[in-house]
Amino acid sequence: MKTDFKHIQAAHCENGVTINLLQSIGVNKITEPLAFGIGSGLFYIYIPLLKINNGPAIAFRTQPGLIFKRTCKALDIPVVRKKFTSKPEAEKFLQQCLDTGQPVGCQVGVYYLTYFPKEYRFHFNAHNLIVYGSEGDNYLISDPVMENTTTLSRYELERVRFAKGALAPRGQIYYPKEEKIITDDVIRKAIKSGIKKNAHEMLNIPMFFIGVKGIRYTAKKIKNWRDKLGPKTAGLYLAQLVRMQEEIGTGGGGFRYIYGAFLQEAHAYLPNDILLESSKLMTQAGDLWRSAAVQAAGIYKGRIGSQADFDVMGDYLLEIAEIEKKAFESLAKIKWQ
Amino acid sequence: MKKEEIPQDNGALNKLTKEVVYAVDKDGNYSTDLSSGWEIKTTALDVAWDDIAQRIAAAKQKVLNKEASPILFFMEYRLMDIAIVAAYSGFWKLTIKQHLKPAVFEKLSTEKLQRYAETFNVTVEDLKNMTVHED
Repeated sequence: MKTDFKHIQAAHCENGVTINLLQSIGVNKITEPLAFGIGSGLFYIYIPLLKINNGPAIAFRTQPGLIFKRTCKALDIPVVRKKFTSKPEAEKFLQQCLDTGQPVGCQVGVYYLTYFPKEYRFHFNAHNLIVYGSEGDNYLISDPVMENTTTLSRYELERVRFAKGALAPRGQIYYPKEEKIITDDVIRKAIKSGIKKNAHEMLNIPMFFIGVKGIRYTAKKIKNWRDKLGPKTAGLYLAQLVRMQEEIGTGGGGFRYIYGAFLQEAHAYLPNDILLESSKLMTQAGDLWRSAAVQAAGIYKGRIGSQADFDVMGDYLLEIAEIEKKAFESLAKIKWQ
Repeated sequence: MKKEEIPQDNGALNKLTKEVVYAVDKDGNYSTDLSSGWEIKTTALDVAWDDIAQRIAAAKQKVLNKEASPILFFMEYRLMDIAIVAAYSGFWKLTIKQHLKPAVFEKLSTEKLQRYAETFNVTVEDLKNMTVHED
């Protein structure tokens, strides 16, 4: 049993699942950057006190699940989303979808995701993949971060669909409900609302650890890490920051480049020069995030490690915060034609 | 990031796939390319795994010194914290903290040991003896 499905590789799993599933209902114009931007995917948060894998809880993108949800909503595409308590029910529903020719998105944990290299298998439960068919005891899997499709056995798929812990997927399945014709006008409207929401989330959420304010807050924290945590733990924390920023699926520079690409694509739909100027700023921000990562690596490799080195690292983030602030402030002020 | 700056170092993910990155050409236009990895993030991942190895070794020593039960060892080995062990095993976090004591662990029923064994994906014997098989 195989549905009609074409695998497209993407930088990020949820963007990838979104565009692949949209293509399956005949929506071909939504690229990864468009899905990311329409879904207001860019974000920054450093959750104080919470620890993940013994390090800081930092994210460069919005909450898992939101990009698919917002993108579909903005394009006025109804979505089916189901969670399960029973494993057999979860598999039955999956089979029914595949029988009707419907490829589906699944939220999974990566710890037992057998095709992932061991080095990447942490208890992270918000990975997304598409099941597009079955063959004997195996399910056909399109994991958007990979160049090629793969398979999982029934047992393997069940195990990752029912991974436990934070963000437990509980067998979650989702897909766009029906075929839809998306006009350029709908896309234009979706781009505008996506930008507006993203600007709001980066600038105006009144919490010190979110958005541009969150980047500044992190800068301040980093400058204190050396004294407060000692060199070893400070190095571990910086390594975790770099992984959140650069690992699988950010497209580089903590999603800032994908957002820069989105603003360029948006310009093709809505020719306003502020979009191109802001795209350049996002590229600049992404480049600085990567320079900061190089500085951090110097510290966690033990090559450098004085207080001055931590200060340089923190100052990178302060500079980034200013650039992103400028970009989103101009985006928020756009008077659309 | 400029096209010509896209790193092509060898990363662990490269065993599975190259990954998509976004970069600009000389006119500043974005498009995608594939990258085999970036040494900066490979090292970041190595740092994390070195720390995990140290945690596992420290846990093992604690179990051997009778300062902790094998649950601590497997918790570190499986990269879990108490919350994750609780989610998989169904035990309360406070109960698990009790079971981390060697004397309490010794007296656990086979049924309870079985729940931990399943949580850590090992046999009850391996759980008791701190034996791991690569999987």
